[in-house]
Parts: sequence; structure tokens; C-alpha cells
Amino acid sequence: MEQKPHIRIQDLSVFFGRQRALKNITIDIPDKKITVIIGPSGCGKTTLLKCLNRLVEPLDGVKVSGKIFVDEEDIYDPKVEVTHIRKKMGLLSQKPQVLPMSIYDNVAYGPRLHGQKNKKKLGQIVEHYLQMAKLWEEVKDRLSEPASRLSVGQQQRLCLARGLAVEPEIILGDEPTSALDPQSSQNVEKRLIELKNDYTVIVVTHILRQAKRIADYIAFLYMGELIEHGPAEGVFANPKDPRTRAYLTGEIS
Amino acid sequence: MRLLKDALASKVMLVLTFFPGLVVFLIIIGLYLRGRPILAEKPLFSLLFSSSWAPGRGDFGFFPFIMGTLWVTAVALIVAVPISLLASIYLSEYAPRAVQEFIRPMIDLLAGLPSVIYGVWGVLLIVPLVARIAPFFGGTSSGYSILAGGLVLAIMIFPTIIYVSLEVISSIPYELREASLSLGATKWETVKHVVLKKGLQGIIAAIVLGLSRALGETMAVLMVVGNIPKVPQSVFDGGYPLPALIANNYGEMMSVPLYDSALMLAAGVLLVIVLVFNVLARIILVRVERRAG
Repeated sequence: MEQKPHIRIQDLSVFFGRQRALKNITIDIPDKKITVIIGPSGCGKTTLLKCLNRLVEPLDGVKVSGKIFVDEEDIYDPKVEVTHIRKKMGLLSQKPQVLPMSIYDNVAYGPRLHGQKNKKKLGQIVEHYLQMAKLWEEVKDRLSEPASRLSVGQQQRLCLARGLAVEPEIILGDEPTSALDPQSSQNVEKRLIELKNDYTVIVVTHILRQAKRIADYIAFLYMGELIEHGPAEGVFANPKDPRTRAYLTGEIS
Repeated sequence: MRLLKDALASKVMLVLTFFPGLVVFLIIIGLYLRGRPILAEKPLFSLLFSSSWAPGRGDFGFFPFIMGTLWVTAVALIVAVPISLLASIYLSEYAPRAVQEFIRPMIDLLAGLPSVIYGVWGVLLIVPLVARIAPFFGGTSSGYSILAGGLVLAIMIFPTIIYVSLEVISSIPYELREASLSLGATKWETVKHVVLKKGLQGIIAAIVLGLSRALGETMAVLMVVGNIPKVPQSVFDGGYPLPALIANNYGEMMSVPLYDSALMLAAGVLLVIVLVFNVLARIILVRVERRAG
């Protein structure tokens, strides 16, 4: 890879109790590209994603070994503040999780936590990021309504705006379109493609066609192991491992 | 034949379902009929707001008892609500699984203890304790007081509030917490802004359940509250809540005229208080629901 990687994962293993969810994963994730993690359900895609912002914490029988470097900083180092790590990343989950508050407060939530108290500035931030998520026009007249009244597609874009508002460097998407209708899915995909100009995007999906549409870089996970990874065209056109080929042709899913 | 059975089953269940509602209705009618004699002789207003209680002379003022009930309940809620809420937050958000598994059965056990045991324990421990600390607050107290009653009640309603709010809080999806955490919120910020807000309705319901229990609890309170028919001036004074009044005197009214009727009316008043609080809670719930959307 010619570019400097944004995230480096070294020999990462995760155990839930005695079960091993991830086995010795080592991969560099390129800066300002869309990396798509594919693989059958239960292969550890989501676990891997959640490790990146430490939502997988070594607690209650969970064991994490190996290292993850974000901007050359080891995020599982006990000295690192977890909120500092998480602030660097925006998360889009499978089902949009709007916070139980107004549309405005959903976006302002992060900036407020991080100390932004100026009302006028907050207003600007909210507008800016709602624009960026292409939601502003639809909600500008009802910012004080509970966010739960939005449609699911709008909620997912709200979650995107909310994530962007903490000024992350990385966007994490955990099957971000799985609860959405085709139109909203396309909408979210477009946003992700626009975002890679400024952000490193990592998306988990089990929809191969989606991976083909948006991926610059592909990582294929199977039963907790990283089988193959590389630039998207290469992996799709010419998979090296038989299991990758089997997955891409639909023999295993 | 099978269809007949099916039809029959649904009819029987319908009747059985209406039964509890019918009982409430019957109780109200019964209390009203038995309370009517005293209402015929004295205006309701003076019964409710007079502080003079001397059945021998024909004085029946419920005000001290109403105030006794409200005071004891208020003390119980002020003590129990914050502690139970923090406990259930700790158990659901912070506690390692081992602690949870250890504490939960204890809470269930606490809920199942007969109230007389709480009463005895209150007499042995809480009453002397209250007598001991009263001087520090510039008063004297025998210990048998509103505060003792409230504390015993608080402990009795812990399990109810903890149990219900724990259920509510644990039903909130983990992904919602992750959404807040992933924005860089700390655990406490997540609890404060997201978990409590999301669970507010259920938590209010939990508090109302505790409140209803506190308003009606008889035995344990009766044993520690002092049973003095005067409007309490401080939490160190003795009081005399409505349930205790009824339980203590019903059956020992001798042949004092109207006494029986007065106690029935007292029961009616208690019922109305419980109803009012329940309706208020309903209104609050609807409000919260509307705001949450």
C-alpha cells in the first residue's frame, strides 16, 4: 500500500468466555478510503468493528489480545481515555438508534458533551451536519420534535449527522442499510461515498452488491479469521483463497 | 364439541376477567353505604379537615390521620426513590454479573417478607435509632415517630421500585447505549441523558407502585409510628396514618355511636387518596409519553 494506513490492527483476538470470536487478525486499514468488511453472519465482522472504538471491552468474560493502533496510538492501552478514542469515530448501527430527545438535541448531543455551550454555535453545527447528511431540508421546520417520529431512513441519516457532529476521523458502519428500504439505502450509500473524501470509512455488510458498489478495499472474514484482504477490484476479480471465491460466488453465505 | 368448549372457555375467562373490577366496585359501594350514617350527621368538610378526634364525645376529625398518611408516605418516598434508582442503575449498568446474581435473589426475598417482620425489626432498631438522633436536630422523640414509620416503609418499598425499574432499564436495547457511548459520552452521561430518559415512563410506574404500597401498608407502620391522633409538626413527632387507625380500632369500637361508620368513611378516604395518586400518575405518564413521541 502506497498510503499511510489510518488504523493498524495487529494480531487481534477476542474471546467471549471460552468462545473465540476473532483469531489473530492483522490488517492495515487505508486512510480516506471505504473499507468494507464482508463475510457470512457470525463470522466476527461486527465484533471487529466494535473493537475499533472499544465498544468491545475486556469485561465479564470478554478477553481482548493484540493491538489496535489508530493514528499510531494503541487504543487498548489502559492509559488511553476511552471517550477520546470513541470521539474519533462515528458509528452507524444496524437499526438506527436515535436518542430519546428532539432532532436538534440528537445532533447537539455530542458537541455539548465535548464542551460546546454557545447556543449560536450549536445551532450552526446542527444545521451544518444535517445538511451534510442531506436531512436538513426535511426537518428544518420541526427540529424540536422527538427524533423517534422520523421515518427509519431519516433516522439513519440523523444518526449519521449526529456521528459527524463530534468531528470524527473515522466512520464505522455496522450493516447501516439493513433496516432501510432500497431508496434510503441508496441515499446512505451515496453519503458514505461522498464522505470518503474527508473520512476513513469502514463498513460491515453481508450484501455483496453493496460491497461492490462502495468498496475501495475489502476484508473477508470467515469464522473469526481474516481470510483475504486487498483492493476491492483485485479481490472481486481474482480472489486468491478458495473460501473467498466460494463466498463471492454464493456457495457459502 | 371442541368448538363449544372453545366458546365456553372464552366466556368463562371473560367473566373471570371482570371479577376484579367488580370487586373494586363492590368495595366502594360497601364503604359508601356503611359510611353514610356519619355523613348524614356531619358535613364532609368538617370531617376531613377537623383535627379533633374524640369518638366518646362524637368528634370525628380525620385531618390528623390524613396528614399522618401523607407524611409517612412522603418520608418513605424521599428515602426510597433515590436509593432504589441508584441501586437499579448500578445493578443494570455497572455491576459485574456475579454481583447481580448475588443481589437479585436478596431483593426478591426482601419483597416477600411479611410486613410484621419489618415492624418488629423497626421497633428493635429504627425506633431507638430515631430516639437517639432526634436531639441532634433539636428535638426529643420517643422514637415512635413519622420518621421511623417512613424509614421502615422505605425499606419495604425498595424491592418493588428496584425490581420494576431494573426490568425497565434492562429492556432498553444495548445498541442505544452504544450509540451514546460511541459519541464519546461517558457511562454516567449515557445513563443520565439516555437510559433514564428512555426509561422514564417505566420508572414513574415503578415509583407509583411503591407509592401505592406505602399508602396502604398497615402493620409495619402501625408498630413504629406512635399512633398519636395529632397533626405531626415534624418527622420526629408521632403520627397516626389511616390504615393504622382502622386496624387498631375496628372491632373495639364498643358501642360508641357512629364510630363504626367513621372508620368506614376513613377507609373510603384512604381509597380516594390512593385513587387520586393513581390518576395523577396516569396523567404524568401520558404527558411523558406524548413528549417522547
